[in-house]
Amino acid sequence: DRSSGPRVSDTELRVYKDPSKDELPLLPEELVQDSAKDVTYICPFIGPVRGSLTVTNYRLFFRCTDREPVFGLDLPLGGLSRVEKIGAASSRGDVSYGVVCKDMRNLRFVHKEPENSLKKSVFEVLMKFAFPVSNNMSLFAFEYKQVFPENGWKVYDPLAEYKRQGLPNESWRISKVNDHYELCDSYPATLFVPVTITDEELRRVSSFRAKGRIPVLSWIHPESQAAVVRASQTMVGQNGRRCKEDEKLLQAIMDANAQSHKLFIFDARPSVNAAANKMKGGGFESEDAYQNAELVFLDIHNIHVMRESLRKLKDVVYPNIEESHWLSNLESTHWLEHIKLILAGALRIADKVESGKTSVVVHCSDGWDRTPQLTSLALIMLDSHYRTIRGFQILLEKEWLSFGHRFQQRVGHGDKNHTDADRSPIFLQFIDCVWQMTRQFPAAFEFNEYFLITILDHLYSCLFGTFLCNSEQQRLKEEVPKRTVSLWSFVNSQLEEFVNPLYVHYPSHVLFPTVGIRHLQLWVSYYIRWNPRMRPQEPVHQRYKELLAKRAELQKRVEELQREAANRMASSSSERAGSPTRSITPVQTFV
Amino acid sequence: MLSLGSGGAKSTKPSFVSYVTPEEIKSEKDPPKQEKHPDLLPGEVEFCSANPILKYTQDDLSQRGVFGTLFCTNFRVTFISDEKPQEKTDKTFKNKLYGENDIPLMCVDHIYGVYDEKRKLITGGLVKNKYPSKMIIHCKDLRVFQFSLTFSKEEDAKKIFQGIAHHCLEEKSLKCVFAFSYMGTPSPEMQWKQETVMFDSPEDWTQEMKRTKANCRLVTENENFELSQRLPKYFVIPLTIGDLFSYQGKGLPIWCWSHYSGCALFKASFPPVTQEDGDFQKHLDTMINAVAHNHLYSVKTEDLSESLPNIQDIQQSYNKFKQFFLIENSTDFWLSDVKWFSSLESSGWLDIIRQCLQKAVEVVECLEKDNTNVLITEEEGTDLCCVISSLAQIMLDPYYRTLMGFQSLVQKEWVAGCHAFLDRCNHLHQKDKEYHSPVFLLFLECVWQLVHQHSPAFQFSETYLTVLSDSVHVPVFSTFLFNSSHHRESVMKAESPLAQSGPLSCPTVWDWSVQFDSKAQNFFFNPLYLEKVKHDRAVRKPHKPKHQRNLSLPSTAFKTPPKKGFFKDETDSLKKMLRVKRLSRWRGSPDAPTATTREFFESWQHRPLDYHGLLLPCLDGPAVHIWMQRYLRWIPEVYILGGGSVAVMTKLMELLSQVQDLKRVLEQRDSSQAAKLDHRPYFQHRLLSFDSSGRLSSSFPFAYTCYRSFKPIIPTGLMQSLMVTDSLASQEDEASSVVSFV
Repeated sequence: DRSSGPRVSDTELRVYKDPSKDELPLLPEELVQDSAKDVTYICPFIGPVRGSLTVTNYRLFFRCTDREPVFGLDLPLGGLSRVEKIGAASSRGDVSYGVVCKDMRNLRFVHKEPENSLKKSVFEVLMKFAFPVSNNMSLFAFEYKQVFPENGWKVYDPLAEYKRQGLPNESWRISKVNDHYELCDSYPATLFVPVTITDEELRRVSSFRAKGRIPVLSWIHPESQAAVVRASQTMVGQNGRRCKEDEKLLQAIMDANAQSHKLFIFDARPSVNAAANKMKGGGFESEDAYQNAELVFLDIHNIHVMRESLRKLKDVVYPNIEESHWLSNLESTHWLEHIKLILAGALRIADKVESGKTSVVVHCSDGWDRTPQLTSLALIMLDSHYRTIRGFQILLEKEWLSFGHRFQQRVGHGDKNHTDADRSPIFLQFIDCVWQMTRQFPAAFEFNEYFLITILDHLYSCLFGTFLCNSEQQRLKEEVPKRTVSLWSFVNSQLEEFVNPLYVHYPSHVLFPTVGIRHLQLWVSYYIRWNPRMRPQEPVHQRYKELLAKRAELQKRVEELQREAANRMASSSSERAGSPTRSITPVQTFV
Repeated sequence: MLSLGSGGAKSTKPSFVSYVTPEEIKSEKDPPKQEKHPDLLPGEVEFCSANPILKYTQDDLSQRGVFGTLFCTNFRVTFISDEKPQEKTDKTFKNKLYGENDIPLMCVDHIYGVYDEKRKLITGGLVKNKYPSKMIIHCKDLRVFQFSLTFSKEEDAKKIFQGIAHHCLEEKSLKCVFAFSYMGTPSPEMQWKQETVMFDSPEDWTQEMKRTKANCRLVTENENFELSQRLPKYFVIPLTIGDLFSYQGKGLPIWCWSHYSGCALFKASFPPVTQEDGDFQKHLDTMINAVAHNHLYSVKTEDLSESLPNIQDIQQSYNKFKQFFLIENSTDFWLSDVKWFSSLESSGWLDIIRQCLQKAVEVVECLEKDNTNVLITEEEGTDLCCVISSLAQIMLDPYYRTLMGFQSLVQKEWVAGCHAFLDRCNHLHQKDKEYHSPVFLLFLECVWQLVHQHSPAFQFSETYLTVLSDSVHVPVFSTFLFNSSHHRESVMKAESPLAQSGPLSCPTVWDWSVQFDSKAQNFFFNPLYLEKVKHDRAVRKPHKPKHQRNLSLPSTAFKTPPKKGFFKDETDSLKKMLRVKRLSRWRGSPDAPTATTREFFESWQHRPLDYHGLLLPCLDGPAVHIWMQRYLRWIPEVYILGGGSVAVMTKLMELLSQVQDLKRVLEQRDSSQAAKLDHRPYFQHRLLSFDSSGRLSSSFPFAYTCYRSFKPIIPTGLMQSLMVTDSLASQEDEASSVVSFV
């Protein structure tokens, strides 16, 4: 049942079919902290509605009481980025509160301040529970103890995943150098490196790469052996430092692929920014030091530019859309242009690996934002396994979580510091790129749009442990897998909700999306889903499912008739041997 | 293919004239080729030809191409390659009249010549001078052809250039249009004839009135166009109009459609009334009155020429808009990609579409919610009136969302309804630009928006609409050749004795077999269409007419209490009321009426969607889209190999045909039941005979040329696209790390 459980409601206001059935379905360990009657929610679409507000340790729940049918507003506290009082109390003692959400909406409530000044307002309670980290409390994920049939923490086993890729092999080996996260605390324990490079050399390399994030293997082409390698920037600095071991490592990466005598280094940044990094000790590989390597800049901007772009987008889409200037407003946010640059970068990487049979090294500055965007998108293009539901989970676990995308910092789980410059919608941007690809290739992905939206909703909800902390090391230290439930436990226990009925599995298909702005769309059913006028529509999927059911039904009837006919034939075969029977072509099953 | 060194920071300069040197092309000592000639259509005559002509490959920056012969006939410009045709000739979706290298003369939009590396628009003056080294043809169906004339003999080149320019650009008479020479064998009694209502007989109109339960009067007095040449041969008016013949029928409210409540939609030509012209004003008042009498003495009038853009605005906007799709090379493409959204917006085309749909929704609201008669007017009454009335009918009446219903609607409102196709489409290349305007295309665009938003409600596909929009420029059909019924009849009558072999055989566009075989016609049907569940006859309520039953919307909730009855005896005050309503149009202030229409939309939206009931479009910015199939189908940069909506549609069609196969098997098996043959169109062929590996391009079934190697299209000049100038761009990624580095 979609309406209960950990589903984040997908409409602004949920209609309750049975208003008498009271109140909210609490999750295990979810406790009501406070509630207040006579709260007014200023809905930007239907105007002010009165009702009661309940705050639990997991969610904010508003139930309107003055309208038929009864509406509800139900959102996890993890989705809040800011709660504040707006202005002073009015003469009647009414106070306005603004709630800014991470999921593209702002809410406004009006509430009478309690007369007894000792009693806390429900909004003070809200502020406390919305930002547990700032208040020295633990996130709800650590309380939530729902048991699902499947344990999502077991989805990703690095060794099994690399084994699927045919690793280790004669050119690539497992290194235990980071077993205890000593080499690099933001990298996973399991690393794949060329066999010709020793652990000692890797240690030297680590001092030459920002944050010790050395070049390691991400993916290997099953036929050409061209590899996708990820890293952080080199610490070249203004004096043009060099590192013999780093040069040797890149040469070894090139040598591991017999098909090509070249290596492409994709630096995700604009070249100006990459050059500016030299002032601060960073930089990029010079072509003098790295023979046979070609450096390409992909012109993708940094986390601050992306944050600002999303902020502008929110202004443009919420709550109201200016009809006559919609397109130029959309353009002015640059959001889709950033999407285009990221997809274009990933496309060039995938092209070099697939068409050029060349190995590539991908990095940005630290290698944990733009780098996973690019590598994981390129991997989705190259490897159909990552387009399945489980494969996609593995991809996220591997490229994003184990390689230390700083989810805690970028999302700011439970942290009230909403102006933190480390926040940025990098992961959202990646999911948007994936969505763009699912639009272009509607039959190539096993999952549907709802799957992607669910991932984003629980990126913020703090219900599951999956997106907590900044690195594998931190998650182990906090015992996240032991103490929390994985999002994949929930997802994999009800897969049918997330399946794209049109999916066809073509094992060796490489997808090259079109990255022109003309083919990119704003993801309306995510960014504008709160607007009731934008009714989400999936008639294609609906119709397809209906046809599948219809075909199954007819097939059954045909088979029955066949059986009947066969029986009749058998009983009368002595009389009419050889009478022609219509042979029925078996309908090809392909789904 | 591209220089990777600087990550695209250096943009490739527009290499517009990097011509191939003749040595590169192995044209040296080929054996004397056999003269190739195009397969001429019956009645087609070849005018001139030139060889060798280089036709540039569109999807390539390198300016390569194929050599061949360029012909000009009385039907088309055609290019025949010297190379052996590739094996991919068995296209699933092949037009029988013209192929990928044919341009019907009527389809040529503009011709550009490149003279000394400068591109000039070819007009009459330039033709007589020297011929250009390169000729670029922009087509009305948005294809772009580029031919190099430098390889053939000067004389030939000059001749072919002048011939093409003459036949495509010079003003000509209607008789020169190929349709009058075309001798195609008239197809046998076709399905279209049985089902598409042509509205050229009194019976068709009577039938339509019966279908919609209209209580109006059929006018047959114009049979010989004695009443007006601008009015249809037959038409329907409100019952109470007695005087037909004054003012040449100007101001006569022409019935379009009746709502099941009894109120109806009318359109009329209302010339602007001057102050002195009191009599005419009185005449118009009488007409409005007559409309009001149709149902409950209520009427709303709307002067479309005041509230919508005029035909010149439409023309200008479309001219700007189409430029974004006439892409000549990759560099152009990626440059225009950068400012894509603001360019689109500046053309205003999507906004015009939105305004038309909005107006149609307002009309629908009056009919559906208020049950008021509506009279839409305009100076001629045959342009925007056609757009708005057809759209309103599609939204209200599910019959018009079937293929045959839609074709009948186009016949009723546009063809019989006297839309001036000949002038609006400028088939004769008249210099007077005042009359040109893509009004019919605008209508198809609006319909496409509806199809796009509510796909399961339509029996026809977007491919059908695209083909229909192309067919306007195929000079074979009588449908789009005339300015009015009178024009059609007079020309046909004058022409037919001249034709030696019997009467003039001009097929209508609805005879799709002229262009496509039945297999290709399958693409006209929308596999998402939800057919109405057929009830058993026993269950069906006999007294309810079909029309009414189809409109199964919850009308009770919409209806305002019927309080209009008190007008009955107060004709004087009614008149006053009407005058007031007319003068203070609906949209006096821009905000207020939009708000009520918004409410109307939202209350409709809150109800469960019934695809066989009322259908309204969402008109918010993000909901109005570009008709990708029509506009992007020839641009290789946006082909998605193995993707696009075609990937879904082919899968659906395949599944649907399997379901139908199974049904047929069952029907044949089920001997106890008399085989009730299903007359619905079904997909007769396994459609997945085309490449099942999912390698179709998104522009299928249109792009013929896309048998390119499987390579991604990588944008060039990315840096120009995004110059983020503020300080954020130079900020460190890690806010905290700034300290440690400095």
